[in-house]
Amino acid sequence: MSSPETFYDVFRQQGISRRSFNKFCSLTAASLGLGPSFAPRIAHAMETKRRTPVIWMNGLECTCCSESFIRSGHPLVSDVVLSMLSLDYSHVLMAAAGHQAEAALEETRTQHAGEYILAVEGNPPLNEDGMFCIVGGRPFLEQLKEMAAGAKAIVAWGSCASNGCVQAAKPNPTQATPIHKVIRDKPIIKVPGCPPIAEVMTGVLTYILTFDRLPPLDRLGRPEMFYGQRIHDKCYRRPHFDAGQFAEEWDDENSRKGYCLYKMGCRGPTTYNACSTVRWNEGVSFPIQSGHGCIGCSEENFWDNGPFYDRLAEVQTPLGVEANADKIGLTAAGVIGAGVAAHAAVSALTRVRNPNSGE
Amino acid sequence: MTSSFESKPRPKGFLSAVVHHATEVQTPAAKIYVYEAPVRIWHWFNALCIVLLVITGYLIGKPLPSVEGEASELFVFGYIRLIHFAAGQILAIALLFRIGWAIIGNHHAHQLFLPPLWSAKWWREVWHEVRWYTFLERTPKKYVGHNPLAQLAMFFLFLLPLLNAVATGFALYAEGAGTDSMWYTLFGWVFTVYGDSMHVHTVHRLTMWVIVCFSLIHIYVAIREDIMSRQSLVSTMISGWRYFKDDRE
Ligand code: HEM
Ligand code: SF4
Ligand code: SF4
Repeated sequence: MSSPETFYDVFRQQGISRRSFNKFCSLTAASLGLGPSFAPRIAHAMETKRRTPVIWMNGLECTCCSESFIRSGHPLVSDVVLSMLSLDYSHVLMAAAGHQAEAALEETRTQHAGEYILAVEGNPPLNEDGMFCIVGGRPFLEQLKEMAAGAKAIVAWGSCASNGCVQAAKPNPTQATPIHKVIRDKPIIKVPGCPPIAEVMTGVLTYILTFDRLPPLDRLGRPEMFYGQRIHDKCYRRPHFDAGQFAEEWDDENSRKGYCLYKMGCRGPTTYNACSTVRWNEGVSFPIQSGHGCIGCSEENFWDNGPFYDRLAEVQTPLGVEANADKIGLTAAGVIGAGVAAHAAVSALTRVRNPNSGE
Repeated sequence: MTSSFESKPRPKGFLSAVVHHATEVQTPAAKIYVYEAPVRIWHWFNALCIVLLVITGYLIGKPLPSVEGEASELFVFGYIRLIHFAAGQILAIALLFRIGWAIIGNHHAHQLFLPPLWSAKWWREVWHEVRWYTFLERTPKKYVGHNPLAQLAMFFLFLLPLLNAVATGFALYAEGAGTDSMWYTLFGWVFTVYGDSMHVHTVHRLTMWVIVCFSLIHIYVAIREDIMSRQSLVSTMISGWRYFKDDRE
């Protein structure tokens, strides 16, 4: 594995032509929101830089990130990016299996210490010493910590690694924990989504590998170029939102007319992701375009902020009674209103009986 | 304004509140100037903003039935949100001004901000007020400023929720303005406190209900006390003068 080859060497070995390589560089520059002048810089980096090993680990997850990744919109992009990865270790894509695979992992860890990028799909469950997720006979937690120690930087794929996702939803019996809460001494870039968009994943990886640094990150550690805006900010149904035109039912006339899905619980206004701009499946569509509200899959706690089809999220109440802010508020206001009425009646009575009390 | 027992008190420093809080009246008085004009104007202006904010805020979470027509010609929901944001920003500026006045105004001006939670005497008086409202006490005490129970309620059920509404409101506003906006720099921390954007919406809405509940009690009690206590209330917040109905202690 210790080859001094550059990325470009690898591409040529894989049969990628110079022309395709140049195309890839301009496509990538565009998808990252960089100017055209960046294409030659990406090309130069790829030609001169030693290939960085990328190790892809899978913890508690559903593999939707891998599935999304290998469906990257432009076939050229996926070819190139796949050849950028060292596939010596990736549960889904590697050729090796069993002890052979674990040995490859160990080799990267020792021979490329401090050099490799660790891409983590899924998260470690901490309960019962991590016994809820065993990889190669050991808790994933151990493997993760060990590999993280030698990594240059870590990519947290998807909502599992970034926020915990469904397995961390209340009551979180396995204590599934996003990786930044387990590994605190390495730069971590979060690429949330369930799954993240393929072009976002390949874009992020290309950026790191070519520029040898993390892209600009936001307050939560997400790449700004893809997570800087909400679905709602670039949603093509937004004019209906501002006009006050909403689908009231899934099958009503308004829904057919393509009105805003806000009243049907759309989480676009609270969700940072690139769906309304990059879209899915080679830019074909995205949930709202297909008539379904956003469920906020790239946001922290999105499973606990349901129901997905109601604008107001459920609130945890002490006795486990199902309620949202309005139910709680109206109940409280009702009780207080009744209390006020009763108190006023008693006050009036007291005053009749004891006219001098206040004076 | 003839028989004033005490002339307009000179503005006192901030610290005087700590020594001199929630003064139970020691000597009988006919009338005392309590709320200076800025406090009164703020009170009614703030009330107006809150009414607008509650109505528009409620509608933001539960929009009216859809309007018909071309989206390009309509801005119904947009205007509802615009009124909300404008009223919210005006309320916030007024609140800043009110905080400033608490520092330079007379010593009743900072009662709202500094309930003397550390004073045992004050808590005894809170207890006395609780007994008065539960009909266990026949005669209420007289207060120049707010009575201690009112002060307690105003601090925890009004001032803190209001500050929370402003913080969460500006945080939500910052999301619309963009993560690279000045607002986000100033209020982005709110999302760290409450976890995520959806929670901030929920907290903002729950806070509205706290303010609504407070307002119900506040209005009822103000009218009731105006009738049943030994001092004026509603007119005091209009004219600034506290009238006492008797001259017993
Ligand atoms: C007494 C004070 C306030 C009350 C009672 C109030 C009430 C509300 C309510 C009930 C909502 C709907 C929340 C939801 O269901 O998602 C809301 C939304 C909002 N409020 Fe306030 N609010 C107050 C102050 C403010 C302030 C000071 C601002 C700052 C500018 C503000 C900005 C916003 C924003 C930006 C939204 C979200 C609008 C949207 O997502 O379309 N609010 N408010
Ligand atoms: S459909 Fe959703 S994201 Fe689009 S405008 Fe409506 S609320 Fe916003
Ligand atoms: S539209 Fe919302 S729920 Fe759907 S993929 Fe995008 S962020 Fe996730």
